[in-house]
Formats: sequence, structure tokens, C-alpha cells
Amino acid sequence: MSMTFAPVCEAQAPIARLNPVAKLAAVAAISTTALVAADWLTPLLLLAALAAAVPFTGIRFGPLAHRLRFLWLAAGAVVLVNAIFAAEQTGRILIAFGPLEIGTGALIDGAAIGLRVCVAATAGVLGFATTDPTDLADALTQQLRAPARFTIGALAALRLLPLLGAEWRQITSARRARGLEGGWNPLRRARLFASTMFTLLVGAIRRAGRLAAAMDARGFDSEVPRTHARVQRMHPADWALMVAGALVCAGAVAISAAYGTFTVVT
Amino acid sequence: MIPVEFRDFAWRHAGRRAQAVSGVDLRVEPGERVLLLGPSGSGKSTLLAALAGLLTDDSGEQDGEVLLDGKPAADQRDRVGILFQDPETQLVMARSGDDVAFGLENQAAPREQIWPRARAALEAVGFPYDLSRSTHALSGGEQQRLALAGVLARRPDLILLDEPTANLDPEGAQDIREALRAALADTEATLIVVEHRVAEILDLVDRVIALGPGGTLLADGPAAAVLGEHGEHLAAQGVWVPGVPLPTRPSRGAGDVALRGESLALDYPGTDRSAVDDVSFELRAGELLAVTGPNGSGKSTLALLAGGLVRPTRGRSTVPGESRPLHKLPARRLATRVGSVFQDPEHQFVTGTVRDELAFGPRQAKWSKDRIEARVAELLERLRLAHLANANPHTLSGGEARRLSVAGALAAAPEVLLLDEPTFGQDRRTWGELVDLTADIRDEGTALLAVTHDRDFAAALAGRELILKGGRLAQERRR
Repeated sequence: MSMTFAPVCEAQAPIARLNPVAKLAAVAAISTTALVAADWLTPLLLLAALAAAVPFTGIRFGPLAHRLRFLWLAAGAVVLVNAIFAAEQTGRILIAFGPLEIGTGALIDGAAIGLRVCVAATAGVLGFATTDPTDLADALTQQLRAPARFTIGALAALRLLPLLGAEWRQITSARRARGLEGGWNPLRRARLFASTMFTLLVGAIRRAGRLAAAMDARGFDSEVPRTHARVQRMHPADWALMVAGALVCAGAVAISAAYGTFTVVT
Repeated sequence: MIPVEFRDFAWRHAGRRAQAVSGVDLRVEPGERVLLLGPSGSGKSTLLAALAGLLTDDSGEQDGEVLLDGKPAADQRDRVGILFQDPETQLVMARSGDDVAFGLENQAAPREQIWPRARAALEAVGFPYDLSRSTHALSGGEQQRLALAGVLARRPDLILLDEPTANLDPEGAQDIREALRAALADTEATLIVVEHRVAEILDLVDRVIALGPGGTLLADGPAAAVLGEHGEHLAAQGVWVPGVPLPTRPSRGAGDVALRGESLALDYPGTDRSAVDDVSFELRAGELLAVTGPNGSGKSTLALLAGGLVRPTRGRSTVPGESRPLHKLPARRLATRVGSVFQDPEHQFVTGTVRDELAFGPRQAKWSKDRIEARVAELLERLRLAHLANANPHTLSGGEARRLSVAGALAAAPEVLLLDEPTFGQDRRTWGELVDLTADIRDEGTALLAVTHDRDFAAALAGRELILKGGRLAQERRR
């Protein structure tokens, strides 16, 4: 259980240098549009726009596809489930196998839902997997005036997360040494899981307390307004990104409406 | 550089009846370098926390005054820097430079000053990497140096060190002492340090204050005078006084092979690098085999493989009378053959009372009720835990928890016991208890393997030593 938060691109890639808040705004606009639109064309256009943007971001397709590998599976499953269990099978029946029937109408509806999931997730990965958590915390503090107690506190907690993985393995070995292991018995497994989790939490809470004391000892709780060692600014490219995000959304909706397919989720 | 003064100071932690310290009257002059000594429970850490302004109204009840430069310490946090034991829980940020900058941001230092000051502090402690170095990629000693830089960058007038080397291996401890030496030469700040291992830190201080239980003053003066007059007494109280001889308990001779490691190897998942590579050894009844080597040499991993707790990539660990290798034994059977004691005792506690903790292994092994009761009573008596029989294991002191984890591993009467850093961070008194306990177990015929950095522990007990380097057996040596 190793956790990494490594970005999918080089630190100097164009998308990694954008302001995280601008990325957040663009991601929010595109995801919201995709989730509000109920037709199949709008999310398809948004997905096309995202794909077209990738070459300009500096992201390599390999790591991106790797990150998204579960998404394709999930989206496929969403399409199938929605197509099979649609309230009524409309259009031409494509498959008829005993009680199982899939019609074109249901398949298109299912595909629309799958596409929307794809758009939201791809936009999310493009936005967050290219963002250093420290940069995000800085931008939230400096552009959105989020309290440092929240942003820096979250960063400190994030730093401790990978330690939990190592500790979990330690505790599991220690339990085996005491004669405890789950084996094939689901009840025993569940009880062991609960007791391991308890030990992990006791340790995590102690650690968090010590970390909080160390942070306060370095003046984190002082009344003085903090200065910022690292500057996050909104550059023209960041405004351009947000405008581009809005234009893509408006464009996708406009084309879909002109084509006569656009509907809104009700 | 400021004077520090306790005036009839007392502190009671919230929810406790007894005061942690009371009636403390102390004055430290500006620029003095003071070593604060005392056994566990003498309130040293409480005094440091008071000076650092970390004792808040909701965490307990204070009497008397703690003054820095004549004003209450709680209002002057900005003038004090404190370094704690555990490097892992002092670092806040993902990148080393950002972590030093964190304390300066809190101080509202102007941006153009932050980076030069951070760089200067990192240079002062001899931090060998650049500012963007990931804080996860640092060793314990390097992390502690980084934490020290974070303290120094804020330019405190009073520097407090709360057992700064207690959680480090010998190399890391040496690193941090060198960093301290260099950094303290550059500052005129007043210094107060708490440290059990006295010898290594004496050249940094010019005054020693020894405390007794509850913060009572035992001795105060130049190091030589205090240690000369009160050395024996302080050693008995748990202080590592230099020159006071340590006990040794040589083995009475080894018996038959009790555990055999055969070409044990473990690869890191998804790589062809090995944590442990092709290590073979025999462990005999009635001997203690020490496994030593620098950090990251695979010592602890070897103990996990030898104990059948982790499946080896290659090789196997066996005990006489079992046809299967240990890693294939069901856990409850394994616990009756080989006991393992981990570095953190709390990881091993699985019940709510000390008594149940001791009965746990035998119950798993389906012993009869009478036999279990007799065994528990015997262990409680021998390990001096009888008065704690109904206490929750998580509430024990460090030394008690360590004894309990050893007793728990022994309860089901395995013939082999594997110990990972049994004396890590213990004071001298607990150390002595652990040496005696371990020697007794060994002399009853148990085969012991101890992974340890502690040269004194190995010297006191080990008949043989395996030295690991980079996961391989570099040398096997008879002592």
C-alpha cells in the first residue's frame, strides 16, 4: 500500500505552471456542464475538447492513460448497466437474449451517462494530477483567502499519510507474531481489520498531537498575519484558461442545441 | 540571549491528581548552556514545554511563574525555539526549503528575507541537499537536522532541545550533535537541553541541573562537579552518567540449533533490488545472536523473515520439528514456536488489560485454563507487572510497555525469541532491567536474536554478531 501524489507531468510543463485556482475553476465549469447536460452530444464535444487540449499541456499520454485506466472500466460498466436496466428498451432492438434486451435508445442513453462520467473524471485528473499539493494550498490561501489553518494543516496531514501505510504493515506483522491473522474466516478478518485500524488510529492521533505542538512551537498559532514564502499569482495565461474553459462549455452547449439534442438533467 | 526564570512553578496536567512538577525555583543566565538531567517522571519535558509556551490553560493548571526576560513565557513564543525527539512529527511541508520557510512565514518575515534566512539556517546545520529535496527522502538524522534548521531560522533567543537524539540511530545522533555544535557556535542564544545520553553532549554545556521526582532540585553546577558528586545516584535514577560501569551477562554456552535461516532474501515489490539478500545463519538455544549494521542494511527485515512474519522472496526460515517453513505456519501455531518483539510495543497489544495480554498467546494455543492461569501469574511476578495486571496496556510507561511486549511474546513458551531494538530510547535504569530480563530468558535455554544499534547491549549479552551491509551478510563475528 504505497501512496504517491506525484504529478503526471514534469514540474516545468505548461499545465503544471498554471495557477491551481484557475485550473480548479476550469475543471469545475467543464464538469458541471457535463453533469448538467443530459444528452450524448454535449459530453462528447467536451471530451473532444479535453483531448484536443492535452498536447498543449505538456502531459505525456502514457502516464495520463495509466491514471485513467480504472475510469474507462468504470465508464464502460456505467454504460452497460444503464443500457441493460433502462426503464424501457426503445428504438431498434440490438441484442435479444432470453429476458435480456438492449435497444438503441437505451444504449444511447447509457452512453450519454458514461460519457459524462468520463468528462468529469478526465477534467479532474487533468486539473489535480498536474497540481502540486503545496501549490494548491498556496493558491487557495492567496487567491481564495482560505484560512492557513485549513490549507497548511491539510498539507501537514498529507505529509503523514504515507507513514500510515508503513505502519499498517508493521501492525499486521506484529499481530501475526501474536498469533492473530484473518485467514479465510470473514468474521475473524473483519475483527482483525477493526483492531488493526484501532491501533493505527491511536498512533495517528498521538502523532497528530505531537505535530500540532511542533507547528505551534514554530509560531503557527500566533496572531500575526503570516507572510508567504512562495507566491501564487494569476497570470494572463490563467485568465485565458478560465475564459477558454467557459468558451468550451458554451460552445458545446450551443452546438448541441443547434443540432437539436441538448437537454438538461431533470 | 535572555535570562530564564521559574518562580515557585508548579504544573498539574488536566485530568491528573498529582502535580507533574511543583515548587520549581530556577534561574538560567543569558547565554548560559544548560543540561537538564533527571529520571523519567522528574518533569523535564514539562519544564521545557512551559518555557516554549506550550502549556495552555486548557491543558492543565499552573502555579507560580515562568519568566523569559522578566515577562511570562506564554506571551513570548516568538523568542523561543524548541526541537523535539521525533523528527517525523516536526516536519510540516513536502519540500525541505518550504519547511524551514514555514516558521518564518508564521513570524511574518518579509518574503525577500525568507529564502536567504532559510538557506543560511540549512547551511548552518550542514544540510547536504538543496531546498527542493523531498522531506520523505531524508533519513532520520537528516530530518532532525532539517527540523533544527527550522528552529534556528527563526533566530530564537532561547533554544530548547528535548532529547534531540533519542529517536536516532548512532550515525544520525552523531550527525545532529555535529550540527548542534556548529550552529551553537554561531549564536549567543541561551540553551537548555534535556538528554539521557550525557557523555556525548557534555562539551556543549557549561552547567548541569539535576532534578529528582516531581522537579525537586538534586544538584546544580558545573558538569564535572555535579556528575562527580552525584554520578552514582543519577545513574541509579536512570541517567547515562559517563564512567559508571555497565553490567555484562556473558552466555553460559550455546546448545542445539533452534532456528535456521536458509538463504533468506526479500526483494522490494516491483524492483530487482533486495532488502535482504541471501542471508543464512543458525540460532542456538541459550545464546543471543546480535544483528547489527547501519540504517537500511536490512536488519529489521531479516528479523521479520526469520520470524516467519513476511514471506521471503527466496529461501526459508525453519525450526526443528516443523516440516513447513515458518512463513507457512498458521499464526497461532507460529506464536508457540517463535516469539517476535517489535520496536513499538503498542503495535503488539491486542487486548484491554495486561493480564489478558499475557493470557492471549496461551489461549490461542488452546492451553488448559489452569495452565494459563499459572503461566500468567508467573510472568506478572517475574516481570514486575503484578500491580498493573488490570491496567490498559496503552497506559503503561515506556519501560513497562517494553516489558509487557516481551512477556506477551514469551507467554506461549516459544523456544525462540526475536527482538527488534529492545533498548531503543530507554533510560539507563530500564536498560539495565532489560539486560537482566534478556539474560534470564537466554539462560533458561531460549534462543535469542536481537536486532540492535546498541553496542553496549550487544557487548553485555551477545555471543555472536551478524553484521549486515546493504542487505547482505558482511561479517559473522564471535564476541
